[in-house]
Order: sequence, then C-alpha cells, then structure tokens
Amino acid sequence: MFKDPFDPKTLLRQRCACGGDHAPADHARLSAVPTSDEQRFGRVVDAAVLRAVFPVDARRRLFLKTVGAATAMAAISSVFPLATAREAFAQGGAPEKKDLKVGFIPITCATPIIMAHPMGFYSKQGLNVEVVKTAGWAVIRDKSLAKEYDAAHMLSPMPLAISLGVGSNPVPWTMPAIENINGQAITLAIKHKDKRNPKDWKGFRFAVPFDYSMHNYLLRYYVAEHGLDPDKDISIRSVPPPEMVANLRADNIDGYLGPDPFNQRAVFDGIGFIHLLTKELWDGHPCCAFTVSKEFATQNPNAYRALLKSIIDATAYASKQENRKEIAKAIAPTNYLNQPETVLEQILTGTYADGLGAVKKDPNRIDFDPFPWNQFAIWIMTQMKRWGQLKGDVDYAKVAADVYLATDTANMMKEMGLTPPDPSKKTIVVMGKAFDPAKPNEYVDSFAIKRS
Amino acid sequence: MPTLKKSLGLRAALLSFLIFAAIVGLWQIAAQPPAASGPAVDPEYAKLVGAAAATGTKSAMPTPADIGVTIWKHLMDPFYVKGTNDKGIGIQLAYSLGRVLLGFGLAALFAVPLGFLIGMSPLVYRALDPFIQILKPVSPLAWMPLALYTIKDSAISSIFVIFICSVWPMLINTAFGVASVRREWLNVARTLEVGPFRTAFKVILPAAAPTIMTGMRISIGIAWLVIVAAEMLVGGTGIGYFVWNEWNNLSIANIVTAILLIGVVGLLLDQGLARLTKLVTYPE
Repeated sequence: MFKDPFDPKTLLRQRCACGGDHAPADHARLSAVPTSDEQRFGRVVDAAVLRAVFPVDARRRLFLKTVGAATAMAAISSVFPLATAREAFAQGGAPEKKDLKVGFIPITCATPIIMAHPMGFYSKQGLNVEVVKTAGWAVIRDKSLAKEYDAAHMLSPMPLAISLGVGSNPVPWTMPAIENINGQAITLAIKHKDKRNPKDWKGFRFAVPFDYSMHNYLLRYYVAEHGLDPDKDISIRSVPPPEMVANLRADNIDGYLGPDPFNQRAVFDGIGFIHLLTKELWDGHPCCAFTVSKEFATQNPNAYRALLKSIIDATAYASKQENRKEIAKAIAPTNYLNQPETVLEQILTGTYADGLGAVKKDPNRIDFDPFPWNQFAIWIMTQMKRWGQLKGDVDYAKVAADVYLATDTANMMKEMGLTPPDPSKKTIVVMGKAFDPAKPNEYVDSFAIKRS
Repeated sequence: MPTLKKSLGLRAALLSFLIFAAIVGLWQIAAQPPAASGPAVDPEYAKLVGAAAATGTKSAMPTPADIGVTIWKHLMDPFYVKGTNDKGIGIQLAYSLGRVLLGFGLAALFAVPLGFLIGMSPLVYRALDPFIQILKPVSPLAWMPLALYTIKDSAISSIFVIFICSVWPMLINTAFGVASVRREWLNVARTLEVGPFRTAFKVILPAAAPTIMTGMRISIGIAWLVIVAAEMLVGGTGIGYFVWNEWNNLSIANIVTAILLIGVVGLLLDQGLARLTKLVTYPE
C-alpha cells in the first residue's frame, strides 16, 4: 500500500487480505514508510489513478520503465488533475454536519478522542468538534441516547449492552473504533502491600468504573482464576473513576481495577500501589471505544467518515511511542484531563513509579489500536453471559458483527493508507487460557465459577 | 440603649473574627506536611510522584495559605474561557445562578397560584395532600435519572430538578398562608360585599404574603443546594461541574474555593429574599 506507485518495480495488484499490493508478511515494514499524511493520502490517490489508467499491471510497469516516473506523473497530470484528486480524497465528501459534539470521560483511555481536539485531527477533516467532559458512564450513555452527543467515548462493552438492551432500552449502537488496548491496572491501598496473592483478598471491597466494563470482567476473571467467587468472597461496586482515589484514601475500598490516570494518581498521592497492569492478564485487551448511534452513521455518512478518519488518524499517531510526551502535554490541561503532566507522562510512556518505591518500565502499558476485532465483542459477551448479565441464547457472531464495525474500520484504514490487520489472525489469550470465538458457549461452560 | 447595641455588634464581630482566626490557625498547624518519616526513596522515583509520596506519606490537606492563593487566582480572572470544559469560576457561577433562577421562577409561577387554590379550598387541599406529602421528601438526585430518561436533555433536566425540589415549600407555605388568613378579615370583606377576586388580591394576598415569601426563601435555599449536586451529576457547566472537575484532579484547594463561593452566593440569595419579605410584611 505504501509503495511508490510510480516505481516501475512495484506490482500494483490487490492481493493481500488488507487490500494492499504486498504480501501480508510485509505489513510491519511497510507501515513505516510514509512520513506524513499528505504523502500517504497522495500515494493512495496516485495508485488509484494509475490503476485506472493502466488496468494491466505489466503495461504500467512497461510505461514507467520507458518514460520514467517524473514524465509519467506529468503526463497523467496533464489529462487528470492528480493534485485535485488528492485534495478531494483527503477531504472526502463535505460532511453533512460540521459542528459536532463528542462526549468523553476524563481518563487516558480517551486519549485519541481528546487529543484530536488540541492537536487538530478533527479540524484537518473539516470538522468543528466540541469535546465535552462528562461526569460518568451512565450520564454519557443517557446523553448519547438523547442525541446530545453526536458520538461518544464509551467502555467497549457498552455499545453491546445498549444494542442488546441490557441496562437500557435497546438502541442500535455501533462501535467503529477501539481507542486503547491495555492501560488499566489493579491498584491496592498501601496497607495491603504484603497481600500480593489474590487468595488473601477474601472480604476485600473493590471498585470498578461500571458494571458493563472490561474492568469488571477482568477483575472477576482474575479473582475467579484464583479461586475466589467475585460475588461472594469479595465485593465489587461501580464507582466513578475520580472517586476511586478519594475512596481509597478514605479507606472505603481496598482496591480497584480502574482506568488511568487514577492508578498512577493514587501512586502520585502516596495512597496506593499498582498491584498489576491488566496487560499482564490479557496483553492487548480492548478497553474504551469510540461509538456512534447507527442512526447518526447512516444519516450523516460523510460526517461519520470524517469523524472516524480523525479518530483513526489520532489513534495511529498516539500509538507511536515518540509522540507520547507531546500528547501528555496536550491533554493535561483543565480543559481536558485536568491532571499533573508527570502522571500522564508516566502512563503514556510506560516508565512509572509503582507506589512501592520502584520505577518500572513497560512501554506497552497502554497502547492505541483502533481495530474493533469482532473476537473482542464475542469475548465480552461470553463474560456478560458468565456473570448473568445476559440471559438466554445469544447469536454471538451476529451481534458482534453488527456492533463492532470491523469492516468499516478496515475500509477506512485502507483509504487512509494504513494497513488494517487480518481479522482471522486474531488470537485472544486471557491468563494463559486461549479463547476460541467460534465456540463461545463451550468457553462459558469451561469456567468453574460462573452464574449461569 | 444604642451604645449598648453598638458595643454588642462590635463584640460579636470581634468574637467572629477570633473564631475565624482560631479555625484558620488550627488548620494551618494541622495541615503542615509531616516531616519525612518513611525511608528515603531513590531520586528517580521521587521525581515521578508527588512531594508527599516521595517521603512515604499521603498527600496532605492544603493549608489556608494555599487556599488563599487559589481564591485570589480565581477572583483575579473569573471570566476566562479556555475551551468547552475550562471556564472561569465567574462564568460557572453565572450558569448555576441562571439555572436556579429559571427553575425557581417556574416553580414560583406554578406553586403560588396552585397554593392559593389549595389554601382556599379544603377539598382540593385534602385531595392533593397525599401527593404532596409523598413527593416532597424525595431527594433531588433521585429525580435526575428519571428526568434525563424522559426529558432527554441534560440542561432542561437540571432545571426540572430545581423546579421539582423548590416547588414544595412554596406550595405548602402558600396554601398554609392562604388558609390561615384571619376569619374576621374575610368576614369584613364579605360584609362589605367585596367580590371574590378582589378579596383574593386585596385581602388574602397581602395577608398571606409574608408566609409565601418565607416559603420562597426556603425554596431558593433548596434550589441552590440542589444545583450543585445536579451539576456534579450531569457535568458540562456550572459551579457543581467545577467542583466535580477539580475533584477529578483531587485539588482540594479549588474545591474549598468553590465551597466558599457557593456559601457566599447562597447567603446573598437568602438575604435578597429576606429583604423582599420585609417589604411585604405589614405591622399589625
């Protein structure tokens, strides 16, 4: 996809599963090539035009070999306005609605949604987006359902819950992009620094951000793997993230599995320590998501495209380690996360104080990857089923495909010259146990501790 | 007599000042960060955590001096706008006041006429009493999810919550005031063959006005209490949102600033209505 289409040696055929003209194994190497978006968009357009002019690859190569790339460019430009095409592509169709409101919860999971505002990813797509800080998950859900927000940051299980009508009226909701993977942690109060084995946690009071959250499912999974029943041996309640630190300080809870910055914030304030990163339970788990109602996506296709492009673009930018410090600075002010910059920097760079006097380094503490794997959705639904949130039979694959719009994202990534991953290649391993998305029911049955 | 009164006022002011100084002084002493007690941590680690955590303790309460600085900073620049989620404290207070006055005004428009009706008719009074008694003690925050769900607009929801919470004291006080107008006055009006409308406006209203105003005074107090809670829940703008946003940042100094400002504004609202009450009270 990133090869110069004017290079005579390049084969321009749709071959790879991602749609690019290269072998699937070349993804990693090729994604490093384009240095700026303009270049990337430019190449995509050039390739499309060349493909149209020379449907037969061999002829194109012959032509380029004979006249040279520069002449070819000039020749084609004289009959086809390449520059205009590139520009038109970069802008897409004019968005039906330019002034958009996007709700977010002030946590680092929302980094792409937030940073797209100060760093200009929205305005680059011709959108005038207002990012609105919201007080809690239930409120963000209600405000989204009430159409006060055009799009919103949600926990990745929420669009599934909304679509299924669990905890609210069923409204078709879609999730075209995951924002972050990993990036959560279990934080315990300092007084428990010697109780590092979950078997000692009987009677502990834990907090998670929301009932329908990866945090809840991961905490339940973790303690259940250590033989504790999450409904009987410990108590789990849902507490808005900012209140977690205050509650930990006041000794109302013993710990929480929560989103950052509040894990690192507890360390910063000397209240708690980081017991483990959720990455250690499931490396690459999804957490938060960028969601829109199906209605918005169908009624405003161009605005939806532009919005999704900005998010994918911002996510790609955030996934690069070297940009993380700049991002921490951009999202720290009161208008966005309202946190000390050093706290955000530790989270995003992965060089952090653990709360027990050690400095740890884990560059993948949080990562950003927009691709909404359907496997994620199926795993989440198995856990909803496991803990009794979801009753009766579920058509796992269908709901997953309806809500987690992997195809949309893949197309959008292709258009932007990014390489979408191969959906069949994704494997999920949680705490050493592999998950087969083709057999969700067997997976639920395989757990000793469950509600259904 | 006047000198005694004057000296009493002076002494009260002096006592207030002493109490204030004692509280602030004790606070300043209590909030002093404790001396480093924990083991020394390595400097690389210390750079990554707050000052308190670096010495092995929890972050401390801010001192009154810190809070003074914060208040000064906010009062110097109360009307800045640095984006959707970061506006000056003056703007936030204005948003909250606007919501309160709107919700309260609507409640008054609804409660005073209805209260009049209830007060004049024992039948209506009895019929509506169970509803009023059940709805009156409901906490404002309990209304919030219902309002968000049905109204589907957070701005209108918070105004609705103000309305529903400030309507009851006005309704009850109006009904009570109207019902307890002296019989003799009504009888005099009847003897003079005054029409019912004239009786209502010339006899009952002036007689019940002080009670109605007292109800309003209670209501505005409740409305001001409610708005902070409602805005914390819904977010967006307002002084409640400001408190919530600073809570996110665990910034106690900013929260204390907001608490003091909420108190001052509440006081002003209450005093304003107290003045109005005095205006409509006739000495018998």
